[in-house]
Amino acid sequence: MTTDERGTHDHDHDHPGTTPDVNETGYYELMAEAMKELLIEKGVVKAEDVRRNLEFLDSRDPAEGGTIIARAWTDDAFKARLLEDGTKAVEEMGFPMGDAELIVVENTDDVHNMIVCTLCSCYPRTILGLPPDWYKSKSYRARAVVEPRSVLKEFGTDVSADKTVRVHDSNADMRYLVLPQQPAGTEGWSAEQLAGVITRDAMVGVTLPQA
Amino acid sequence: MVMFNVGDRVRIKESHPPGHRRTPYYVRGKTGVVERYCGDFKNPEELAYGFDGTPKRELYRVRITQTELWPDYEGSDSDTLDLEIYDHWLEKIGG
Repeated sequence: MTTDERGTHDHDHDHPGTTPDVNETGYYELMAEAMKELLIEKGVVKAEDVRRNLEFLDSRDPAEGGTIIARAWTDDAFKARLLEDGTKAVEEMGFPMGDAELIVVENTDDVHNMIVCTLCSCYPRTILGLPPDWYKSKSYRARAVVEPRSVLKEFGTDVSADKTVRVHDSNADMRYLVLPQQPAGTEGWSAEQLAGVITRDAMVGVTLPQA
Repeated sequence: MVMFNVGDRVRIKESHPPGHRRTPYYVRGKTGVVERYCGDFKNPEELAYGFDGTPKRELYRVRITQTELWPDYEGSDSDTLDLEIYDHWLEKIGG
């Protein structure tokens, strides 16, 4: 349905799934579109560059992150490199970080890590794809730094009182990936099998992977 | 030669200049410990207005206890918040 049709389609029930998330005629949407057209018109970027970048970002998904975590679980030397210099270690696996750098934070018996970006929605997009809506919501961004344990509980994650909860505010040039603990019952699994239990939310640190 | 070392106790400046700033309000005036030096980066507070972002700024990760941030924090005393602060927002405290 086009925007024009919606305008003439005036009744009060919802059409689930058809409401666009972005208001294409909103102030910032129009400004972004105008800026893009100007940059193309003035030869700063080519339409093809914009398209190719969108295509690249759309092609990323949490499965990429899953292969990184699974390798860390099965290859101690790689895990050491990943924790030492995340950017270099994921590039070695063919995942570029672009303009940002990656810090990998490891969950242990004593520490649980979770990631938020209070200022906007910084997220390791080249290895996890686009962030989920809840990650971008004002509610998550505000509450994750104030009452992380309550937020974790709402995700079904109960972190015991004797563990440290470490929240990472991704507010500048670093991006973060949580290295979860390998779940019990997966000993001896191959990296391919392990990758199957690693979820996006576990790599943001709001859940734990389950065998 | 970096300005701060890992483990240094630092205060994040209590300052409220106008404009684009990367130091969230909730940490201004709070004290913490340098967790790591992240490298030198173009200053986003300059880049935001079309300048070239030089001179680059040293970026540090600062670890702050949740009880320092929120006096009525309900979790564990050992819970922390780590975030990235550019050098010009930091002052060393203690000896």
